[in-house]
Amino acid sequence: MSGAIGDWTRGAEAIVYQICSACGARQYFRRGFCAACGASDLAEHRASGAGTVYATSLVCRAATPETRAHVPYNIVLVDTDEGFRMMAHGDNDLAIGDKVTARFAQFAGRLVPYFAKAK
Amino acid sequence: MSFVTGVGLTSYGKHEGSSSLDLMSQAAELAISDAGLKRSEIDGILCGYSTVSPHIMLATVFAEHFGIRPSYAHAVQVGGATGLAMTMLAHHLVDAGVARHVLVVGGENRLTGQSRDASIQALAQVGHPEYEVTLGPTIPAYYGLVATRYMHEYGVTERDLAEFAVLMRKHAMLHPGAQFHQPITVADVMASKPVAMPLKLLDCCPVSDGGAAFVISREATGDERVRIRGCAQAHTHQHVTAAPALSELGAEISIAKAKDVSGIGISDVRYAAVYDSFTITLAMLLEDLGLAKRGEAAARVRAGYFNQDGEMPLNTHGGLLSYGHCGVGGAMAHLVEAHLQMTGRAGNRQVHDASIALLHGDGGVLSSHVSMFLERVR
Repeated sequence: MSGAIGDWTRGAEAIVYQICSACGARQYFRRGFCAACGASDLAEHRASGAGTVYATSLVCRAATPETRAHVPYNIVLVDTDEGFRMMAHGDNDLAIGDKVTARFAQFAGRLVPYFAKAK
Repeated sequence: MSFVTGVGLTSYGKHEGSSSLDLMSQAAELAISDAGLKRSEIDGILCGYSTVSPHIMLATVFAEHFGIRPSYAHAVQVGGATGLAMTMLAHHLVDAGVARHVLVVGGENRLTGQSRDASIQALAQVGHPEYEVTLGPTIPAYYGLVATRYMHEYGVTERDLAEFAVLMRKHAMLHPGAQFHQPITVADVMASKPVAMPLKLLDCCPVSDGGAAFVISREATGDERVRIRGCAQAHTHQHVTAAPALSELGAEISIAKAKDVSGIGISDVRYAAVYDSFTITLAMLLEDLGLAKRGEAAARVRAGYFNQDGEMPLNTHGGLLSYGHCGVGGAMAHLVEAHLQMTGRAGNRQVHDASIALLHGDGGVLSSHVSMFLERVR
């Protein structure tokens, strides 16, 4: 695997995905191998943050004191322009099919990707 | 060949002071005596898990507690699909001659044994620890995502989903063991507190205490014979982020395989027992299984198709939505009710013909699926 890049799961303001050098598959959940073909040669890339809303769910009942302070918050699935799907936060009025871009926000003491409608 | 020879079910709701082992034991005792067997005749045990009392060897903990020394025992973990997955395994174990009578048991004091927040948090862990759980989703949010997409693609509305909650409540009102007996309307569901939109409180199953058990045997032990005709599984993903398109989910794969191995078609089915953790789960699964066309399950509810006296009676005990959900035991109640219906023992809930039943379980976020056909043989 070449070029490990820090991403939001590690506190850096970036969305990172992997491309398999053998079969070209793209994957979002970081692993040391390609889940499509098993090859271990993967390149890491920083995503542009542009995408399209696939689904939304506005959380109104949270389960911890830290997350309860944020309700309501919108959990979204976004299909990125790079071709992988990711979960993130977004504006409460986002609808399926909206073109969006990512920034980063603080949530329950962590950095999380946050999508708003593309300008 | 295998038969469901006995079933046992506690009431669901609050069992103050009962441990997970207590609830498992109560259900197991009921199932073994229903099969007309003695504890010493049980030579296999399969059990689920308890989020309240996690253990790395729950099957032997239970076997010792219950007083059985089986020749085959272990736990199984497939979320909400665990009950039917255990039943499928028991079917193959007795068919292969590994055991004669396998006890399948699940039970948990999930309501009184921990706080509701603790339950919600424990269950949210089915999400990806780094890429999902850090965002603060809950199980209703994972299914809320599935719901908005399904509604978008097939034109289903929140009022459509509410119909399933109303139907399950109507059925639960006839079962003394159900957690909820007050009637509800579509308006009540629509006005209930938002949980993870589009899902509101009454779109969600409750957290319950309870236990359920069955005995799966190589030969029938009585005159009422319910045979497992065939079953199959499909596992397409774990996390909703990695789920395939709605048209490629596992229920369609597992039902196709189950139809192949059993030689049974949907038109043969007379009773349906389908996983209903949320209203969207039930709506989608009914359509995935072929019990309604895409986007038309709610219309079938309104037309009475899934009523006790309808063409395809569905979850006549009230399902997870209104009988209750105690974890592994939750969806096992669906099989207990199917067995009571098939053996003519459902009392005031009895349907006119339950000769062939279709059961379907779902674990995770539509991640793991088990489809099964049961047949009454005379």
